[in-house]
Amino acid sequence: MEKIRIGQVIKVNANMVTVEVAGQIIQNEVAYIVHGQERLKAEVIRVRQNRAEMQVYESTQGLKAGDVVELSGELLSVELGPGLLGQIFDGLQNPLPALAEKCGFFLKRGVYLEALPDETQWDFTPLVEPGKKVLAGSWLGFVPEKIFKHYIMVPFALGGSLEVVNIATPGKYNLKQVIAQLRDSVGGLHDVFLQQIWPVKIPIQAYAEKLRPTEPLVTKMRLIDSLFPVNRGGTYCIPVVETLKTFPELLDPRTHKPLIDRTVIICNTSSMPVAARESSVYTAVTIAEYYRQMGLNILLLADSTSRWAQAMREMSGRLEEIPGEEAFPAYLESRIASFYERAGVVRLQTGATGSVTIGGAVSPAGGNFEEPVTQATLKVVGAFHGLSRERSDARKYPAIDPLISWSKYTGFVNPEYKEKCHSILQRSNEIAQMMKVIGEEGTSLKDYIEYLKGDFFDFVYLQQNAFDLIDEATSKERQIYLLEFICAILDAQYNLEDKASALHFFQSLRQLMRTWNSAEYNSSEFKTIESQISMFLETKLMKKDR
Amino acid sequence: MQKAYTNIIQIAGDVITVEAEGVGYLDIAQITTRRGVSLAQVIRIDSKKISLQVFAGTRGIATGDKVRFLGYPMRVATGENLLGRIFNGSGVPLDHGPVLSDGLIDIGAPSVNPVKRIIPHKIIRTGIPMIDVFNSLVESQKLPIFSIAGEPYNELLARIAIQAEVDIIIVGGMGLKYDDYLFFKETLNAHGALSRCIFFIHTASDPTVECLLVPDISLAVAEDFALKGKRVLVLLTDMTNFADSLKEISITMEQVPSNRGYPGDLYSQLAARYEKAVDFQGAGSITILSATTMPGDDVTHPVPDNTGYITEGQFYLKAGVIEPFGSLSRLKQQVNGKTRADHRTIMDTMIQLFASYRETLEKQSMGFQMSAWDEKLLKYGELFEKNMMSLKVNIPLEKALDLGWQILSDCFTSEETGIKLSIVQQFWPKK
Repeated sequence: MEKIRIGQVIKVNANMVTVEVAGQIIQNEVAYIVHGQERLKAEVIRVRQNRAEMQVYESTQGLKAGDVVELSGELLSVELGPGLLGQIFDGLQNPLPALAEKCGFFLKRGVYLEALPDETQWDFTPLVEPGKKVLAGSWLGFVPEKIFKHYIMVPFALGGSLEVVNIATPGKYNLKQVIAQLRDSVGGLHDVFLQQIWPVKIPIQAYAEKLRPTEPLVTKMRLIDSLFPVNRGGTYCIPVVETLKTFPELLDPRTHKPLIDRTVIICNTSSMPVAARESSVYTAVTIAEYYRQMGLNILLLADSTSRWAQAMREMSGRLEEIPGEEAFPAYLESRIASFYERAGVVRLQTGATGSVTIGGAVSPAGGNFEEPVTQATLKVVGAFHGLSRERSDARKYPAIDPLISWSKYTGFVNPEYKEKCHSILQRSNEIAQMMKVIGEEGTSLKDYIEYLKGDFFDFVYLQQNAFDLIDEATSKERQIYLLEFICAILDAQYNLEDKASALHFFQSLRQLMRTWNSAEYNSSEFKTIESQISMFLETKLMKKDR
Repeated sequence: MQKAYTNIIQIAGDVITVEAEGVGYLDIAQITTRRGVSLAQVIRIDSKKISLQVFAGTRGIATGDKVRFLGYPMRVATGENLLGRIFNGSGVPLDHGPVLSDGLIDIGAPSVNPVKRIIPHKIIRTGIPMIDVFNSLVESQKLPIFSIAGEPYNELLARIAIQAEVDIIIVGGMGLKYDDYLFFKETLNAHGALSRCIFFIHTASDPTVECLLVPDISLAVAEDFALKGKRVLVLLTDMTNFADSLKEISITMEQVPSNRGYPGDLYSQLAARYEKAVDFQGAGSITILSATTMPGDDVTHPVPDNTGYITEGQFYLKAGVIEPFGSLSRLKQQVNGKTRADHRTIMDTMIQLFASYRETLEKQSMGFQMSAWDEKLLKYGELFEKNMMSLKVNIPLEKALDLGWQILSDCFTSEETGIKLSIVQQFWPKK
């Protein structure tokens, strides 16, 4: 390990300081600026001769030329171990609730608390015997954490084959107690604790192989699951999503426990220092990878990656780098690509699989998808859920535009139906465009009905009412059933003598279907409305010629 | 500590550079010139070269003038004594009242710990249906009014301020025309609100650097009141002028510009101000309403664009009305579920139909024949614009919802609206 070296502040420019160092400087090492009683965390981001340029993770107010700097020799890292679930951290893994208890309403700078509380006792159960051969990432035992078995693993940083020398007996241990000793191939001994440390900017690769994402991730949003599915271990991007402020109170529909019990929130508001914003996504993805190593499926929601890209732009500007497109740095694309590449399904050494799915929100300037961050993101993700202003203006929610969205994943609905729906939406849109030019009176009744069908499909299937207890989440089974039902409606021909009656027919059908959507699946109400709809359809159905 | 330095080595724009030692970043200094004493703030340290932005501007500063560093950052007085008073951007009284120095606090204090915020949950009623019904304003929300120059955004801000149920109103004016400043003062006075108002005013003719301080100083005072349990409404007008001042200083400092000449940290700078909006757990709250003028009605301009991604929605003021399209209150869901059972239905249905009405208008203007459905939409659109959209309408939320049902039933049958049957049975007006 590098020993601590000392430097001296010579320049202060917003959140960037330049430090003169006697001795060697390591790129990306963490340093502390000593200012009175405070120690402010910083990271070396450029080295020029004996000068290190550092981004400071805190406000630089009051810093002076001549302030002392300690360089730690370590890369920016996070603590990984039991106790992460249910926590709320800032971008540097500072636990915000504990910080609030200590400092009150405001984030006092220079206060860094242990991410995981040392004193908590965890009930450890060993899974291996002394003499067993293990690799980095192998499970040595587990402790219960919320609803999961939290596996204690061989530190990811250890290389090659190792042998278990000692393993703790079942019982209670805290994070600072040794629970195992391992011998490496050259005879070195390594202590293992319940927690380990890992540098955030380096992917965890302690697995057997990376697989292709094939299992659909069910979101219960019809538009996504049926038309633009996402697979576990896949990546997708969506322009701007609503933030999840009420997360802690949400009940998990699967376990009926609070959703926060299987959630870790990394929260860096835009008023918090910009450098910590940049590190947030890395902290988050590292924690996601850690739980993946236990054979779990993780969903990482990054909101918003555009803010993250802007943080990069801000630092790049301070470094006076030559700006690329829209002043973003030239390495923007490679940084975005390497972030999304940390998603994936992996087969672990135990044979179990685990996955990290990444959903990134982008916020393109003025809704213009041509801007660099959106473009760089689209190149690397597997699905794109494009929000549109027109849809949201017309209160068509979710405001994902089916005409611009796409997905490379397969999903669970019959591909034939999916195909049909896409073509109906496409055709309906073409006719709508045409009607703008030639008017309703210039459109044939046949085309007009096709237009109405597309509109109807959009209204009753794609649109979903997030405030309706039933309609807000549609199960896989119901989606399959409903889509088949609707496709039959779309396929049939009806006796509609003119446009007015066609419009009235679809409007009435729409109202019935919407009422159906808010009835519980397979309940008696559900069945009653279903037969009402069928009877209503019967009245206008054109009988096939015999 | 308070040694005076006399070797100013550079004067450029509103920034001077002086050689000094032991100076803290963002500290305040006093510059004594022939014209009097001005404050300045450290904005860059490069060994002994200290750059300062001078609040009163650099006109008339001599290289031999005295610079005295005070050793602390910018401060402002707080407390009840400020109520009814008017100050400039650096806290100097403009109303011939006494200079205040009670309860001095640093401006630009650290950010609020996100876990100490509570989820916004109280509606602020304004009597404007386009806000109350369609985009409810919520206590502790941060919301800008996007508009082009010449729209009555200051009138709208003043009207909301008068009607909103809050304890204290703070008006931060940036690059304000003198007339507008008088307008605010007179309107608030006429409604007896002046005694719960505090003004921090930078007019268009004042030095640029003072403009930069207005949001910080307004919000620092607001924060102090909020921590003491008060519900504070902060009006900031016009934030585009604030951003332009940032641009001016950053170009002077030879920073690499990012978009249209604005500095790369424009987003962070705006966010640091808007994020002061908060509902404190166990104390008061700060709600921020701002005006952001869009040069050339261009919503992709860096200022409205960056603002839109920080704030919780926006009111889009166009042709003297709040446009239903483009206007959005992202927090409305927090409150409109507990007002009345039909609130969300009215909100969604009326806007969906209004979108169809706009399409019909387009068809009509192209000379197409109007179908019976089109005629219904035209009638609806007209009623909606006259009775709901106009800013002249001033009715409570419940009246506005009743009016909504009235308009819908005057124009359509229930199935034409797509409203689900249970709601129709409960609310559709019986003829």
